Amino acid sequence: MARERNARTGRRPRGVVAATAFFCALFLVPHLLDDAWVAVFTLVLFFAFVGQAWNLMMGHVGLLSLGHALFLGIGGYATALLLGDYGISPWIGIPAGAVVAAVVGVGIAWLGFRFSVRGVYFALLTIAFAEFFRILFSNWPLIGGTGGYFLRVVPEDNVPLLSLRGGADHFYYVFFVLFVAGVALSARLVRGRIGMFWSAIREDEEAARALGVKSFRLKVLAVAVSAAMTACGGGAFALMNGSLFPNTLMGMQMSIQIILAPIIGGLGTLFGPFVGAVFVVLVLEFSRDLGQTAGVYGLSTLIYGLTVLGVILYMPEGIWPHLVRLARPLRRDR
Amino acid sequence: MAELYLKVAASGLLIGTVYALIAIGLTIIFGVMRVVNFAHGEMVVMGMYLGYALWTLFAIPAIPAALIAAVVLFGLGVFLQVTVVSRFVGRPQHSQFILFIAFALVITGLHLMLMGPDARSIMAPISFETYSVGGLRLDAARVQAAATALVMILALIAFLRFTFIGRAIRAAADNPLGAEVVGIRSGRVYAITAGIGLACAGAAGALVSPLFDAQPFLAPEFTLLAFIIVIIGGLGSLTGALVGGLLIGVAEGFAALLINPAMKSMFSYGVLIAVLLFRPAGLFGGKEAR
Repeated sequence: MARERNARTGRRPRGVVAATAFFCALFLVPHLLDDAWVAVFTLVLFFAFVGQAWNLMMGHVGLLSLGHALFLGIGGYATALLLGDYGISPWIGIPAGAVVAAVVGVGIAWLGFRFSVRGVYFALLTIAFAEFFRILFSNWPLIGGTGGYFLRVVPEDNVPLLSLRGGADHFYYVFFVLFVAGVALSARLVRGRIGMFWSAIREDEEAARALGVKSFRLKVLAVAVSAAMTACGGGAFALMNGSLFPNTLMGMQMSIQIILAPIIGGLGTLFGPFVGAVFVVLVLEFSRDLGQTAGVYGLSTLIYGLTVLGVILYMPEGIWPHLVRLARPLRRDR
Repeated sequence: MAELYLKVAASGLLIGTVYALIAIGLTIIFGVMRVVNFAHGEMVVMGMYLGYALWTLFAIPAIPAALIAAVVLFGLGVFLQVTVVSRFVGRPQHSQFILFIAFALVITGLHLMLMGPDARSIMAPISFETYSVGGLRLDAARVQAAATALVMILALIAFLRFTFIGRAIRAAADNPLGAEVVGIRSGRVYAITAGIGLACAGAAGALVSPLFDAQPFLAPEFTLLAFIIVIIGGLGSLTGALVGGLLIGVAEGFAALLINPAMKSMFSYGVLIAVLLFRPAGLFGGKEAR
């Protein structure tokens, strides 16, 4: 990226400078803000990372998944069960969860594409699988069922780097590393050969196949990467919460939460999911505070809904592309 | 034992008829506008609360309450269609999805503010009455709800088949461009369709208000239930929705009896996955699914 001028996008290294500054600022968050804000930004990074993973499927390949909470659940439960029941470190548990999620994702994708389930039907298929597994996990006594699965309290002699469990700042950095890795991986994939093929599939699959793009394999690959990334997020999320409930971790609500950030931020952009996550988390926090201050039950849900409605009505492309367009007149090099 | 099975089958058929009415609301909106109403369950819950309020405030029983709920939600459907949804017809699916999720959040928020999170149940005398049909004892409320739902479904089918507006709606569903060419105003057709779709959901909600406790968080379950029925029957097919509703009603009853009540929806999702893979057009849908 740091060449004189990127041949394709015509971006100068200035973009790289801005990105570096942005990541540095993010890195400094725990040193500048108090714990409450660190917790908020940890959530932001979590949703930005998982949103980025979902965005790989929808924004870059045009596959609408409405059941991504399934992969979150698989990653979370794999990590928690390996740690809680067998004492295996999350350093192994999180990748293991990612592999399992990728396998499940490939299975669903293979079935769906094999029987050429498209459009709305593919989206419904993902919901059906997610709900199927949620109910399965809820009725599985071994993992606690609806009562939840709880991780033991962190021991006294805990070394955060080994156990990946620690305080608020520690988890902030866990998600920070995930987020940076996620952006880097997405950028590599999207700006490389594979990304070109993906765009071709998204715009016109028949034409892409006619030109020799192996669309079936490439679509399955996108689902696998997306599922594995989401599962990593789920694993870290489970460690942070210390408890897992199928209905909250794998429910439809969670799938919707995952989707909101990238769509509101801007689909198919590298920076959109983060902007969307900031927006979604801040609006949620703000409306919750307001609802509690007013003492009106349900006010927070109403405000949240109205805000989402406003964004989708007035910025159908998403916030980030909208901001970029607003800033365009300020750029002299256009 | 045979009598128990018969009773489960009968009450499954009865509740299935109401499910069918909910599903028809979803399928007619999709069939005409190619828009998936992900807030459909919220509309059903709205109907339930209307039924609850009409009973507790004015002692209006379920059947007239269903008619009132149908009228109110028809108005809401037309309003939402004309103000907001019309701009989203033909937009990509994900942005339609977010729009309806926003609707769902707003409606749920309003429900919570007005009615609170606790379950609201109706204590009407009808809840304790039963009808004896050939030795079978059936809840009166269930029988009445099913009968009303069936009458509404048949009336809707007749309306679509025999009236001018109904034919215009079908024309717009079959061939939007052709309908425009022969002078059908698609904007009006869409508004009426959205009204009808929501009216079905509202009426069904009011009908089940004596049977289930009204709760804001029931909505997603109703939405997914309607989806399962519609996919099994075939998106855009009214007959399919009716048969699918009856099937799911009976299947859920038996799954709860024979397997485990908690697992009954898992069975529904299994069926849904199978249908999506092997017959995406549904059992009754002939037209474009792939």
